[in-house]
Amino acid sequence: MSRYLISGGRVVDPASGRDGHADVLIAEGVVAGVAERIDAPDAERIDASGAVVAPAFVDMHAHLREPGREDEETIASASAAAACGGYSAICAMPNTDPVADSASVVEKVWRAGRAVGLVEVVAAGALSRNLEGHKLADLGEMAMSPARVRLFTDDGNGVQNSLLARRAMEYLAGFDAIYAEHCEDAALAAGGQMHEGERASVLGLRGIPAEAEEIMAARDIALAKLTGCRLHLLHVSTAGTVELVRRAKAEGAAVTAEATPHHFTLTDAALDGYDPNAKVNPPLRTGADRAAIVAGLADGTIDAIATDHAPHAPEEKDQELTYAPPGIAGLETALGLTITELVAPGHLTLMQAVARLASTPASILGLDGHGGPLAPGAPANVVVFDPHGSVTVDPARWASTARNTPFAGRVLTGRVLHTFFGGSETARDGAPLGAAVDA
Amino acid sequence: MIKHLLSMDQLSAGDITHILDTAEQLQGVTDRPIKKLPTLRGRTVCNLFYEASTRTRISFELAAKRLSADVINFSADSKSSVAKGESFKDTAWTLEAMGVDAIVVRHGSSGAPQQLSQWATASVINAGDGAHEHPTQALLDLFSMRQRFKDLSDLKVAIVGDIVHSRVARSNIKALVTMGAAVTVCGPPTLIPPGVRSWGVEVSYDLDAILVDLDVCYVLRVQAERQSEQLLPSLREYAALWGLNSKRLAHLPEHALVMHPGPMNRGVEIAADVSESPRSIILDQVANGLAVRMSLLYLMLGRTDDAEVAAGVTGA
Repeated sequence: MSRYLISGGRVVDPASGRDGHADVLIAEGVVAGVAERIDAPDAERIDASGAVVAPAFVDMHAHLREPGREDEETIASASAAAACGGYSAICAMPNTDPVADSASVVEKVWRAGRAVGLVEVVAAGALSRNLEGHKLADLGEMAMSPARVRLFTDDGNGVQNSLLARRAMEYLAGFDAIYAEHCEDAALAAGGQMHEGERASVLGLRGIPAEAEEIMAARDIALAKLTGCRLHLLHVSTAGTVELVRRAKAEGAAVTAEATPHHFTLTDAALDGYDPNAKVNPPLRTGADRAAIVAGLADGTIDAIATDHAPHAPEEKDQELTYAPPGIAGLETALGLTITELVAPGHLTLMQAVARLASTPASILGLDGHGGPLAPGAPANVVVFDPHGSVTVDPARWASTARNTPFAGRVLTGRVLHTFFGGSETARDGAPLGAAVDA
Repeated sequence: MIKHLLSMDQLSAGDITHILDTAEQLQGVTDRPIKKLPTLRGRTVCNLFYEASTRTRISFELAAKRLSADVINFSADSKSSVAKGESFKDTAWTLEAMGVDAIVVRHGSSGAPQQLSQWATASVINAGDGAHEHPTQALLDLFSMRQRFKDLSDLKVAIVGDIVHSRVARSNIKALVTMGAAVTVCGPPTLIPPGVRSWGVEVSYDLDAILVDLDVCYVLRVQAERQSEQLLPSLREYAALWGLNSKRLAHLPEHALVMHPGPMNRGVEIAADVSESPRSIILDQVANGLAVRMSLLYLMLGRTDDAEVAAGVTGA
């Protein structure tokens, strides 16, 4: 196995609190040393001067489309995209075909991820059978399977039936598993194309009110308190939800939350040209919502930055806005948007950004060996990125099969230079490494 | 002149006046024994209609033919490519490949004409998109108002009914506000869009209270499915509270006009005797649609240096 000496970089490692210049030696798949100066003449030297060396990122929320829609993305292509984006672990949402609602499907996804070997593919399980919201999925069997499912969600749908939500939480609490909700009251959101408000009115598009999210977030927080279950709120999009989470945390509820780069970057103004690539669920909201999400990320109310990577075939996005499916592919733009929108303007420190991208999501998912600390003996899941380097978003060059992004052509600050997973270099300067892909 | 007409946002008061003035001149053509001008000879206009329409499609077709353009009609409800599942974009490219000069598009999806304008090099004219806009309807409505009132800038206009789902309301509000008219939208709160005051209009839920001070009462179609969407208790209740009946008509000032974009639900938003009263200019609206659409096609597609064309118009 190769040895790498990452020299001269600024180590930013939230789990150990380290923020300073150091060399990092990777050998035998683990971090072999972190010190001011390391001599390792036999190791491949990677010059990280001017760059940041951090625990590789962990995405709590990605749609890999396999099994079922391999034309849109596969576990292999999503893994490659994740490696290019600086990730060592991604959590695969269960809304596949067949749905990941049984041990056999989650195990298949997990094993396929291992076979690709570019990132750890963490399988999430469905809460309800076939995501229908009527009967519980095989929660315990998925939790006890080799895939060791920790996060359960009907993502794509909110659980409409409050009794099912309660029972799922009660049941999952026994496994110390996470109930993760796509907060959306289906009746209030029905037919909605974008955020309900002045812009939707002008554009003549049916809106999805902020309350469709907040009502379910409030219900789930109440049920989490009742049941003691760990609750994770997916893709928080409104100021009201941020405030609900802030209050729940102050009251000591076991609630965590994530936000996506598109929700902290864009507002519903992105729909002005009817661009189907800006159609996403939950929808892009107002400037006030966006500001609240940024503030929530800064004060830790929102624990994690998650991509909600949602690949779609070009012909599906190339339709009338009302027919196009919602979703944005985000694995290869997350760091750039985080630096550009959060760190460069001074909302988050680099340490906070790495915490939201890597260490906090790893700790929520209980992923040992990911998210740091970068300490001797720990698996070498490491990213090296240039926080000042610029990159023009060009989906044609992505490792992901998907091209659907509203950011095409945008120049972002923050460039992933090297990604290491288990001591192997999986991507270099935006391209997945062939040897690892073939493995 | 603009390349595409997608929204009334694109037109200034000066643009609107120019279009209406030109329509006035072109209207004379309709009264001639030979109702044709050679202006668009050799040009091809495609009517691309993804939603059923009678008056708008026929009006555009006739307008183009009066200007000597070749017209092709493509309707999604006929045995067309749509039935075979061809995408909107592929249809646009197909029309491009055949070299059409203008595409008049009606679509149920808001924004579809704007998307089409990004794919096609032909001029795109929005003939109604979802709940977004219907600019030529607004232009013909202004034309009809101007025939009676000369000056639009001091008009008091109420637009009554289902504002939230209405492309006619959006285009008319923009057009009227641009021309300096005072607009009130009126209807049940469930049919008034959020944030509507930012459009520069007043909001009222009480038709009787505003009737007495109007120059134009513009009534919108209310569809039966609004009941099943929990937006209305019943059409009967709607008619009682917001329907324009003869009793309400009597409270309108004597000079005030009644307008409706059609098709009407008589007995719901408008009583039959109101629609047929001398105060109603509903048929004028239909007739004026032709002149206004001729004017638009003439200004958007015509060659301004064509002496023959200029002579044809000024001689009208």
